[in-house]
Amino acid sequence: MRTLQRTWYVIALPVISIALSVMLGSVVIILSEWLVSGELKPGLALDAYSALLQGSVGSFNAIVSTLVNTAPLLLGGLSVGLAFKAGLFNIGAQGQFLMGALGAVIVGVIFREDSPLIAIPAALAAGMLMGAIYGFIPGFLKATSGAHEVVTTIMLNFIAVAVLAGMVSSVLKVPTSPQPITLDVGNAALPILFGRNGHLGIIYALLMAVAYGWLVFRTTLGFEIRTTGANPDAARYAGMSPRRIVVLTMSAAGMLAGLAGATQLLGVSHIMTASYGTTVGFDAIAVALLGRTNPVGIVLAAVIFGGMRAGAPAMQIQAGVPADLVGVIQATILFFLVAGPVVQRVFRLRNAAAAIEETGTFTRTYGSETVSR
Amino acid sequence: MTEEVGAPALEMRGITKRYPGVIANDHIDLGVRPGEIHALLGENGAGKTTLMNVLYGLARPDEGEIRLDGEVVALEGPADAIARGISMVHQHFMLVPVLTVAENIVLGSETMKGRYFLDRAEAHRRIIELGQRFGFDIDPEARVGSLSVGWQQRVEILKALYRDARILVLDEPTAVLTPQETEEIFAVLRGLAKAGHSIVFISHKLYEVLEIADRITVIRRGKVVGQRLPSQTTEEDLAELMVGREVSLVVDRGISKPGEPVLKVVGLKARDDRGREAVRGVDLEIRAGEILGIAGVAGNGQDELVEALIGLRRPTDGQVTLEGHDITGHSIRSVYGAGVAFVPADRHRFGMVLAFSLPDNLVLTSYHREPYAHGILRDDAAIRRTAEERIKAFDIRTPTADVRASTLSGGNQQKVIVAREFARDLRLLVLDQPTRGLDVGSIEFIHKQAIAKRDAGTAILLVSAELDEVLELSDRIAVMYRGVIVGTFDGRTADKREIGLLMAVGAREPANGATEGSVA
Repeated sequence: MRTLQRTWYVIALPVISIALSVMLGSVVIILSEWLVSGELKPGLALDAYSALLQGSVGSFNAIVSTLVNTAPLLLGGLSVGLAFKAGLFNIGAQGQFLMGALGAVIVGVIFREDSPLIAIPAALAAGMLMGAIYGFIPGFLKATSGAHEVVTTIMLNFIAVAVLAGMVSSVLKVPTSPQPITLDVGNAALPILFGRNGHLGIIYALLMAVAYGWLVFRTTLGFEIRTTGANPDAARYAGMSPRRIVVLTMSAAGMLAGLAGATQLLGVSHIMTASYGTTVGFDAIAVALLGRTNPVGIVLAAVIFGGMRAGAPAMQIQAGVPADLVGVIQATILFFLVAGPVVQRVFRLRNAAAAIEETGTFTRTYGSETVSR
Repeated sequence: MTEEVGAPALEMRGITKRYPGVIANDHIDLGVRPGEIHALLGENGAGKTTLMNVLYGLARPDEGEIRLDGEVVALEGPADAIARGISMVHQHFMLVPVLTVAENIVLGSETMKGRYFLDRAEAHRRIIELGQRFGFDIDPEARVGSLSVGWQQRVEILKALYRDARILVLDEPTAVLTPQETEEIFAVLRGLAKAGHSIVFISHKLYEVLEIADRITVIRRGKVVGQRLPSQTTEEDLAELMVGREVSLVVDRGISKPGEPVLKVVGLKARDDRGREAVRGVDLEIRAGEILGIAGVAGNGQDELVEALIGLRRPTDGQVTLEGHDITGHSIRSVYGAGVAFVPADRHRFGMVLAFSLPDNLVLTSYHREPYAHGILRDDAAIRRTAEERIKAFDIRTPTADVRASTLSGGNQQKVIVAREFARDLRLLVLDQPTRGLDVGSIEFIHKQAIAKRDAGTAILLVSAELDEVLELSDRIAVMYRGVIVGTFDGRTADKREIGLLMAVGAREPANGATEGSVA
């Protein structure tokens, strides 16, 4: 009973946020339909949501599509979540994702005619390494100069976009193609395990979620990360090195986001264009927050967001509601989550104080200095 | 003055204030006569603050009434309370350091010249006049940030007087003062009382209450448990009332049997966070089974000294040796590994992680060692087992081990830290303000534990701004002033006044020729 109650304290805010967003979404659906056609169709919201559900879990193919969309969000969510655990706000998951994809495509193209047993691990490793380096940079800057990771990672996101476009238009460009586009990664492509495109990356993402839980809650390093996040002064007093933890955590977070980019490229896209990129790295922030930085929570949140992405086209086709509505719902979820204290007051939720340490870490990261002296 | 019978200036009758799960005030009666200094004594959490919040209009009582000069009033808020002549001097001063004395005093009740301009001349005139009336000359143009703590407190009192306060509430006013400053402020308070002001003096320091108060009301767990006249009570009697059981105020420290030197510090220098030299050449020696107390007004380099000793701060010069091994500038973890433990002054900032459970806090400094970890893997079962044991052994009051540390009372939080640090096999124990802000019961417990550790052969360095604590526990006392040791005393024969003077000015009267500069 106690555990049940405690679980509710932790999940109440995400659950209520989702419910509110779905309701708000239906208002948006009905209103926009009324503005466009002049007809008031109260049933349209229900149609749209049932089409969304059909498209995400209504058939085997729909479920596969949901999982494929879930994988990068899950890895990205773990990346942002891990950083939150150390009191860091990794807005740079997007840049790390792109760098991971870039690393994977470079090495994948080089090894495209070799055995997959060599090509795949090499391309994945390259993606993870590139992501890790791209996470290491803001971590190192923070640890040595105190430069805030929010500022540096935002800047690095822009740099990543530019580097990627530059390389795809020059050294990586297929000479015979008029468009800036790379070669196909060939044998470095991830094997399809089930359905139309259920690739190996899904398994990696789930394994990483397990590894995340193990690292954070079962190891001494995880304890150091959590302590640094909750109270860097106490961490220093306890003989830990917050600087080292900051560098390490940002590198690991970068690696996870890099792996997200690599699996997405090797499992789904296979080639890279100059305008390559999605909003995965940013959605990952919402996933981490919705999952309250808990590994199980992040998996669930990633599945929810992945399902919405997978079902959006079906919603557009069957109900005529633009797929962009999914973006509206996701954004409002994030909105309610961030406005947590207000939501908690309106719904008279007991503060999640009873839930140890699961909440609260991330709200502190905006302004606080992790590294002192 | 105590025998004067008169209508009370302030009377609180049957004040009851409930918060979810607790009754903070349970039918409290408190009457304060004009010209009376009335002490409100109680442990932390006894309900003193709630009662004063009710008086200051910050909290609405659920039951009961407040009478001023016999008239029932309903206070709407602090502004209302101030308008009716009630003022509060908080423990943490509510002053703006960059503003002048005059600006701070008029803040919120500015005398205006026309619509947009402050009447500075009038404000200055009134401040000087008030200061003279109560015997302290103050420069209205001085910046508050440049004043000593004792003078800042006088600014707070002036602020109240400027608002024509007839009833002054002082919340733990001496917590930050030296003994000399305390006596000076007491003189000010006596002067105010003589002029007809009523003063409510909140404290948990027994000897102070006995010295200053005309009457003493003791509250415990939200109830008034007794009222005493200073002439008819003792510290022991008050402590027992306050805690609800017999308390030994002075721990029996027994006789120390100092052994071999454990810690040797030679010419240690260290800078503070702003880069100024805060420790300017300190020599110390502590033997096994001995407590060396460092007395000093807060901010004279004690924090930096301790941090430099244990590896939180890199010394700029000098040498620290532990049992003959040089540990100067070693990392804090290697210093801990050599058998040193540290109880930090700021328990919320350094000593614990408030968001963590008790087991996690109880292994905060040893989580990486057997049996709590095997390699990089935590052993949750072992951590839990140890936590349960220590919660029992150190009488940490908590519903379960799984609560956040932030839900414990200050005394129990400190017990968590003490349980963690004292449990190890130690060579040197560094205690920095180990009982700051704690109630008598917790202080007694922690002092006993420290003595037990000493008797087990641990060398102890005790830093405290509470001179009484240093006097009670220390076998030897060193006085620190502006980054150097300015004198040492034998703990049993030390004279409180002499040490207090040395703390305040850094030098003794020339007639008193004693060893200075080093403790060896």
